[in-house]
Amino acid sequence: MPSFTLLGQSVVSGLLAGGLYGLLALGLSLSWGLLRLVNLGHFALAFLGAYLTYQLGTAFHLPAWAAALIIVPVFFVIGVGLHAVFAYFRVTEFTSLLVTFGITVIIESLIQWFWTADFRRFETPYASTSSRIGPLFIPTLELLAGLTATALALGTWAWLRLTYVGKALRASAEDPEIAAAFGVNHRAQAFLLSGVSAAYAGVAGVFIALISTLAPSQIWSWLGVVFAVVIIGGLANPVGALLAGLLIGVSESVTMAVVTPAWAPLVSFSVLILILVARPGRA
Amino acid sequence: MCKVRELLRRLTAVVAALALVGAALPAAAAPSGAPIRIGSTLALTGPLAPTALIHKIAGEIYVEQLNRGNGLLGRPVEWVLYDDQSKPDVTRSLYEKLITVDKVDLIMGPYATSGILAAMGVAQRYQKMIIHHSFGMPHLATYEMHFPVAPFGPEPQKTVPGMVFDGLATTKTPPKTVAIVTSKFPSAQYQSNGAREVAEKRGLKVLLYLEYEFGTRDWGSIAARVKDANADFLWVGALGLDGNQLLEALKKLDYSPPRHFHLFPAPGPMITAPEAKLALSNTFFEEHPPFTNDVSSARLVALFKERATKAGLPYTAVDTQAAGSFSAWQVLEAAIAATKSLDDKALAAWLRKNKVDTMEGKLHFDGVNNYGEDLSKLRQVQDGKWLVVWPKEFAAPGARILP
Repeated sequence: MPSFTLLGQSVVSGLLAGGLYGLLALGLSLSWGLLRLVNLGHFALAFLGAYLTYQLGTAFHLPAWAAALIIVPVFFVIGVGLHAVFAYFRVTEFTSLLVTFGITVIIESLIQWFWTADFRRFETPYASTSSRIGPLFIPTLELLAGLTATALALGTWAWLRLTYVGKALRASAEDPEIAAAFGVNHRAQAFLLSGVSAAYAGVAGVFIALISTLAPSQIWSWLGVVFAVVIIGGLANPVGALLAGLLIGVSESVTMAVVTPAWAPLVSFSVLILILVARPGRA
Repeated sequence: MCKVRELLRRLTAVVAALALVGAALPAAAAPSGAPIRIGSTLALTGPLAPTALIHKIAGEIYVEQLNRGNGLLGRPVEWVLYDDQSKPDVTRSLYEKLITVDKVDLIMGPYATSGILAAMGVAQRYQKMIIHHSFGMPHLATYEMHFPVAPFGPEPQKTVPGMVFDGLATTKTPPKTVAIVTSKFPSAQYQSNGAREVAEKRGLKVLLYLEYEFGTRDWGSIAARVKDANADFLWVGALGLDGNQLLEALKKLDYSPPRHFHLFPAPGPMITAPEAKLALSNTFFEEHPPFTNDVSSARLVALFKERATKAGLPYTAVDTQAAGSFSAWQVLEAAIAATKSLDDKALAAWLRKNKVDTMEGKLHFDGVNNYGEDLSKLRQVQDGKWLVVWPKEFAAPGARILP
C-alpha cells in the first residue's frame, strides 16, 4: 500500500504534468474545433519554440521570459502565414491531417539539421527548485506552466464567450453561411485564430524547453496523449482541454505510483475510450 | 683508409637520401580499383539518433583512414549508409535493399539491440556475415555468422550486475538495499531484471523494481517512489537522458540517492549535471590510461574529438559507443587482411578461430553465441570526467570508487 505522501506527491506531479498537456492541447483544440483543421504541425511548432528558447538562452543568454516575448509574436505571424497556405490550397479537415503531418516532418528535419539529433538541455538555475507544502514538493517550473495554462484557458474561454470576435468565430464554426449572412468576416477571423493557436504553441514550447530534455524525435511523443486530451476536453473548449489534461495527468501519475509506470501510457487512451463509451457524442 | 672513409661517407649519404625519399612517400600505395562496398544503417533520426551519430562519425573516420592507407586488399572502401529512423522494420527493409539491390560486398550492423536483431535476420537469410557494435541480449543472437563487438559476454544479465556489485563490495559501505528502475527497452530491461536476481542472490534487499516505457515524459511519480524506497543503491536501467531526468526529478523532491548506477546513459549530460555527481556506469573504454596507451587508439581518440567538435556534438570524448564502432571496423579489417578475401564464410571462419586486438581489448568469438568474456568496467563521474574505477587493473591512475 503506497504511503499518503507518495500518493499526494503523485497527485501533485500529475496535476502539474496535466497543466502542460492542457497548454499543448489548447491551440490544437481551437484550430480543430473552430477552423476544422487538425493541425499536427502544432507539436512541431511547440518544439521549434522550445529549441528557439534553448538557442536564445544558451547562445545569447536571454532569460526564458525574454525569449517568450520574441517567440510568441513571431509564432503568431507564422500561424497567420500557415493559414494563408491552408486557405490558398483549400485544405479541408481531412487533408489538413496529411498536410500538417508533412509540415511536422519538415520542421523536425530542420530542427535536426540545425541542432543535430543529440539531446539538448536548457540548464537554468531554477530548473530543479521546488516549494514545500508539508511533506509535498511543488516544482517551480511545472507550477508556472500549470498556472500559465490555467490563465490562458480561462482567458481564451472568456474571449470566445464574451467578445464579438469569439462569438463570431463560434458562429462561423457552427454555420459559416448563416454567420456570413450576419456580416461575420470568417476569413479574417480565421487568420487571427490561427495566429493565436501558433502563439500558444510558442508558449508551450518555452515551458517544454525549461522542463524537458529536447530531441527532435520527441515531437511525436506528445501526440497521442495530447490528442486524447483534446477529444476528452471537447473541441474548441479551452477549459475542457485544461481539465482533460489534469484528468489524464493525475490518472497517469497515480497509476505510476500505485501500479507501475509501464501502465501509464495505457491510461490516457483507456480514459478516452471510457468517456466516448459513456458519452458517444463527445467529439 | 681514406678510400674506405670516402666509401662510408658516400654510403651514409645514399642511405640518408633514401630515408628522406622514403619519408616523403606515403606509407602504402594508394588504393585502386573498384571500391569494396560495405553497407549498413544507423538510426540517424528518431529516438536513438543522438547515440547513432557517434557511430556515424567513428565509421566515417575509420573508412577515411583506410582509404588514406591501402584501403582493404588494395581497393578503396565505400561505406553505403542509410538512415533506419530508429525503427527495426525500416532497418530490416534497408538491409534487404543493401544486399539485393545495392549488392554490397559486406554488411556491418546498425546501432542498438532491436535494429541489430532485425538486421541479423536478413543477414541470416542471405548468409551474410554481420559484425555489430551495440547488441545487449546475447541469448537472442544465435546466427552463426554474427560477431558481437560490444563485449558483454554471453550472460550480461549476470556478469554486468555482478561486476557492479563486486566493485561496490570493495567500498567501506557496501549497499544493503537496492532500488531498480528500468526502461522497457529490451537490453536495458533484460540486464536490469538480471540485476534484481544478482542482488537478491548476494543477499541484498531489493526494495523497489519499476519498469517504465521508453520515452516516458513525467518522472515525478517515479521519483516519488524512488524517494519512498530510500535504498542504499539505485540501479537505473536507463537509455540516453532518462537517468538525468530521473535525478533531476529526485532533486525537485529534495532527494539524492546515496549511490546511483546508469546502464546506457548519454555520457555528456551525465558529467555536466550537478545532481549526477559521482554517477556510476559501465564502459568498455575511456580516454585515459591504460586504454589510451595504444598509439592507434590515441590517434583515433584525437581524430574523433576533432570531428565530433566540428559536427557540433556536445560530448566529444571517445567512450563505449565510439570505441565500439572503431572496434567493429578493426575486426572487419583484421579478418579481411588475414583471409585476403571478401567471402562471408571465409571471414566468419577466421573470426571464430582468432583473436583480434581492438580499442576495447582483445576480442574473441569462440564462446556461446560467438561471445567472448564480458569486458565491462565500472566508471564514475569524478571531477567532471568519466574515470574507470573498477576493476583495479583498468582504473584511471589513482582513481577508486567514491565515496
